[in-house]
Amino acid sequence: MSATFEPIIGRYMHLDLFGRPHRIYVEEAGRGTPLLCLHTAGSDGRQYRALMNDTRITARHRVIAFDMPWHGKSSPPAGWHDEEYQLTSAQYTTMVLTVMSALELDKPIVMGCSIGGRIALHLALEHPERFRAIIGLQAGAHVDPYYDVNFLHRPDVHGGEVCGAIVSGLVGPDAPEKERWETLWHYMQSGPGVFKGDLYFYKIDGDIRGRIAEIDTKRCPLFLLSGEYDYSCTPEETAAVARSIPGSDVTIMKGLGHFPMSENPDVFLNYLLPVLDKISA
Amino acid sequence: MLEALKERVNEDAGLVRRGRYLTTTFLLQSGETCWLVSIFEGRVVSVTRGPFVMPSSAFALRAAEAEWAKFFLAKPPPGSNDLMALIRRKVLKAEGDLGLFMAHLRYFKEALAKLRPVAAGAA
Repeated sequence: MSATFEPIIGRYMHLDLFGRPHRIYVEEAGRGTPLLCLHTAGSDGRQYRALMNDTRITARHRVIAFDMPWHGKSSPPAGWHDEEYQLTSAQYTTMVLTVMSALELDKPIVMGCSIGGRIALHLALEHPERFRAIIGLQAGAHVDPYYDVNFLHRPDVHGGEVCGAIVSGLVGPDAPEKERWETLWHYMQSGPGVFKGDLYFYKIDGDIRGRIAEIDTKRCPLFLLSGEYDYSCTPEETAAVARSIPGSDVTIMKGLGHFPMSENPDVFLNYLLPVLDKISA
Repeated sequence: MLEALKERVNEDAGLVRRGRYLTTTFLLQSGETCWLVSIFEGRVVSVTRGPFVMPSSAFALRAAEAEWAKFFLAKPPPGSNDLMALIRRKVLKAEGDLGLFMAHLRYFKEALAKLRPVAAGAA
C-alpha cells in the first residue's frame, strides 16, 4: 500500500504578539480568496482538516488555520511555566489582525467557531473594513458559566480526560464515529489549563451583549451558522444575535453540534458552500 | 428504570476498563424515586431502589422524571442528549463530591447512556 499525502502545508511562523516573541504553527491549502479559520477553545487548527482537503473549497480559496499560542503545535511564550493562561478579547483581536498582516492577507473571509465565532462578532464590530465577509460558527454574544471550570485544571482530575468528556455531548448525534473521536482527541491533547484559559474569554471577558446591535452588516457581510444540538451556544442564542443585527444571514444546521467543521464535515459543507457562493457573488 | 445498568455496563469491557480506578456509590434521583448505584473498579455491583432512610453516597444526580425520560430516549432531542446539557438547562442537579464525578465524567456519561434503547440492526 503506497502512502498518500494531503495537500495541506504546515509551517512555523515567528512573530511578536503582545510584546513577546511567539512561535505559531500555520497550515494552509488551496488558492484564491483567503479564508482564515479560527478554531474552538482548547483545540487547534486540525478542526479545519476537511475544508483543506475539499477541492470545492480549495479550488477557489486559500484556506488558512493557525494554532493559537498555547494550542496545538504552537508554543506558549517563554516564561509560560510561571503564568496562568487567560485569553482576553483584546489579545484575541490583536492576535488575529497580527497574523493576517504577517501573512499579508488582503481582506480575507474570516470564519471562527465557538470562541472563534465570538471573536468574529468582535471583529465585525470593531474591524469590519479588514474583512471581505465574516462567518460565525456557533457564535453567541455570551455564555453564562454552567459548570465549575476549575475542574478543567487541577492535579487530581486528568485534564485531557475531563476536557474531552466535558465537550463530548456537544458533538451532534449523527456525527461519524471517526470524526467525533478525532474532534474529542484534539481536546484530550490540550495543554494543562489551556481550555480553561480560553473559557475566560468565552464566559467572562468576551461578553459582547451590550454592543452586538452596533454591528453594521453594510460594512461587512455577516453569516451565522449554528448546530441544532449545541447546548453551549444554543440555536436560540444565535437566533437572538441575528435578531439584533439587521442584515445578518443565519442558518441553523440540522443534526450538527458545536464543532460542525470537524465533527461532521460532509454535512457542514452542504451549509458552508452556499455561504461562500453568496460571498463570491 | 435503572436496574438494567448493572448488566449493560458490565458487559462492555472497554467501559469497565476505563472505570478500573473508580470505586464509589452514587445516588440517582428521578422525581421521587431514588437509586443507589455501587461501582467497584469499574463494574456495577449493585443497583438498589429506594426509598432509603439515610442514603449515603459520594454524589447525587437529581432530575425530574420527564427529564430523565427524554435523556433515555434512543435519540434524545437537543438539550436532553447529555448530562452536561441537562446541567446547562439547570434541570439536572449534581451535588456532593463532584471532583469524583468530573474525574470520571466520560465513564458516568457512557454508563448512563447504556440505558438508552439500541435501535434494531444498530451496532
